[in-house]
Amino acid sequence: MNGAEGITNVLWLQGASCGGCTMSILESGSTGWFDELRQFGINLMWHPSVSEATGEEVVSVLEAVRDGKVRLDVLLLEGSVARGPNNTGRFNFLAGTNRSIYHWILELAPLADYVVAIGSCAAYGGVPAAGSNPTDAVGLQFEGGDLGGALGGGFRSRLGLPVINVAGCAPHPGWMMETLLALTSRELAAADLDGFGRPKFIADHLAHHGCSRNEFYEFKASAETMSQRGCLMEHLGCKATQAVGDCNQRSWNGGGSCTKGGYACVACTSPGFEAAENFLETAKLAGIPVGLPTDMPKAWFVALAALSKSATPRRVRANATSDHVVVPPGRGGGKRAS
Amino acid sequence: MTRITVGPFNRVEGDLEVRLDVESGVVVRAEVTAPLYRGFEQILEGRPPLDALVLAPRICGICSVSQSIATAAALRSAIGVDAAPNGLLATNIAHAAENAADHLTHFYLFFMPDFAREAYAGHAWHAAAAERFAATRGSAAREALPARARLLEVMGIVAGKWPHSLAFQPGGTTRAIDLGERVRLMSIVTGFRAFLERVVFADTLENVLAIADAAALDDWRDGRAGDFAHFLALADSLALGELGKGPGLLMSYGAYHGPDSPLFPRGLFGARSAVEPLPLAQITEDVSHAWMHDGSTDPAHSTTVPHPDKPDAYSWCKAPRLSGRPVEVGALARQVVAGQPLLTDLVVARGSNVRNRVIGRLLETARIALAMEQWVRAIRLTDPFCHDARGFPDGAFVGLVEAARGSLGHWVALRGGRIERYQIIAPTTWNFSPRDSFDIGGPLEQALVGTDVGDAGPRAVAIQHIVRSFDPCMVCTAH
Repeated sequence: MNGAEGITNVLWLQGASCGGCTMSILESGSTGWFDELRQFGINLMWHPSVSEATGEEVVSVLEAVRDGKVRLDVLLLEGSVARGPNNTGRFNFLAGTNRSIYHWILELAPLADYVVAIGSCAAYGGVPAAGSNPTDAVGLQFEGGDLGGALGGGFRSRLGLPVINVAGCAPHPGWMMETLLALTSRELAAADLDGFGRPKFIADHLAHHGCSRNEFYEFKASAETMSQRGCLMEHLGCKATQAVGDCNQRSWNGGGSCTKGGYACVACTSPGFEAAENFLETAKLAGIPVGLPTDMPKAWFVALAALSKSATPRRVRANATSDHVVVPPGRGGGKRAS
Repeated sequence: MTRITVGPFNRVEGDLEVRLDVESGVVVRAEVTAPLYRGFEQILEGRPPLDALVLAPRICGICSVSQSIATAAALRSAIGVDAAPNGLLATNIAHAAENAADHLTHFYLFFMPDFAREAYAGHAWHAAAAERFAATRGSAAREALPARARLLEVMGIVAGKWPHSLAFQPGGTTRAIDLGERVRLMSIVTGFRAFLERVVFADTLENVLAIADAAALDDWRDGRAGDFAHFLALADSLALGELGKGPGLLMSYGAYHGPDSPLFPRGLFGARSAVEPLPLAQITEDVSHAWMHDGSTDPAHSTTVPHPDKPDAYSWCKAPRLSGRPVEVGALARQVVAGQPLLTDLVVARGSNVRNRVIGRLLETARIALAMEQWVRAIRLTDPFCHDARGFPDGAFVGLVEAARGSLGHWVALRGGRIERYQIIAPTTWNFSPRDSFDIGGPLEQALVGTDVGDAGPRAVAIQHIVRSFDPCMVCTAH
């Protein structure tokens, strides 16, 4: 945050992680992520995937922070905190230190001006917490949707903020960089986070907003099997109308998104998304999807769906169950002068 | 004798601990520890089969597509369906993009920065190596990272996003490609070739792949620009061809499957310097030195149950063996099994070593860049990309693929429409395995023995080179 030297000291650690958040952020920056960090005065004190320092050199970096010899502006954790077995953290120890990531985090987090959870694992526990949660994996400040986690619900970083949760599996590179840069310029305050600690500039949107299948959604013209062009909500498990994120207002990897890719949103920005079953199949009760938009009366949704289904143009209905456009727009409509 | 511990070990995709017994400055014994266990096999038990397409890829953010297609292959064999040919092509294109991106990430971000270390400051080449490859500061990353990001735009077209996509299904892929998108794919692939020819090789890919043997490689290298030739000069200066010899057996499950045969075939390159059929039924997992309970050694029947206090254990990683022997996997193995002339010549002469592993990765990158052009052209735009695939019988099924780092297998047992057991052996499980019950070390443990660390102890750069030459993925290793 442009402290005395105008430099922001950032430390990135990995817990019970797949490394995918790092793989995502490495796509950031027109001349690469490292240039981008430098341009904003960010000093990456250490990052497990990209720094030169290794072995005892790393331990000295961590000890210097712990002993208060070096200022820690932002601590980022990628991956869940594995507390097991029996609260020892031994399922995930930091090599060469005979000490768990869990215990390193407990020691370092209170020393940071800001603590950021990178990805849904660090935020809420994520995929390692699925099923029987074999490693007692939790997020930094949440266990699924419940406050708690490794640091506890009451934790505040040195500048008085709770853990900032850049949810997503993996998050868009922009989500991570924009959050980090907003912290660097001290523009992100506690009021800018939603109830699950997510920056509102991401979480005030739904993954559904801007979906390229919107016309199919409007007419409830639904895909029935994978690779068809129709809406994925009615049959194929799509949760985009309930999941936060500006996923479809951004470009992923130069132009994609999950729903553009032809598969359901699994709500990876939501706490506990990993606990669902049958991700690619819509759960229904009496033929009606269980997971309807949360802020719309169900009866209205059902009535509107019935109405729009009866009004569906032949073009939309035919294209919904095809993997290519079989009826293009405009036939029988406005004629083009030739 | 002194015992030294090296860790945290970074630029290995995850974390790693290496303990070395050193006598008169030479490593006499090595123990390799995977310090992370998440329990994916336990997490998958009891789930509906298709849920594995969501969960299993999240083992690894760097080879997520490989994990996806291993799951999809296992479920495809369960359903007994053929994938749509276009789906296979789209899968190959995405998989090649991931693998090539991984090879670039390894070369530029993980491996080469070690030549910029102060320990090498006395060498005449140090200033140029540091300018080009120093971690987070070198000029190379300024070119390599944007090239990587551009290559991964393949995913935006074929797979929605990367990492962690649901586009790879038993029946094919979820997104049909139209003409405009095919042209965009070709534009990305062509741009990637241009990057390789300008920055990495300073020559055409065809010329690079025409280098027939070790002597021709030396001729080709002399006076050449490009980062590959730069590496070769450093490797020769430091005799990296003498460093980190593998155990001798090289394995590949076969990669980039088409309707007929894979681009790179399945096989085993053995002691007789010839490619032999791969005895898949001889794959076992030994847990004598893993913090795991005993069970079946057959991955089709075994389970994974942690035993954190087990005596004599030192890793979360099991020890896979083929006919009782440790096996090295990776790009070098894949290319030697595929009969690539230069790499075969290099391995017959000097075995697998630090230098040859890096050459293997870069030559493979050239080969798959050319293959991507063919696959993009081969898409038949009006044909389907995905066949309907549903209905899971009881039984045991296997999905075998090649990730960037080597052979990846998913063994799945289904019962009553649920996953009964799920076992995964990842590439670095093979390469960085602990000892087995015969006290035979894994490939890295063997490769480290004999290394001269001199007075540097845990700071010896040779250790860094050897470990990273395998391009380990520690998050996959114990998963």
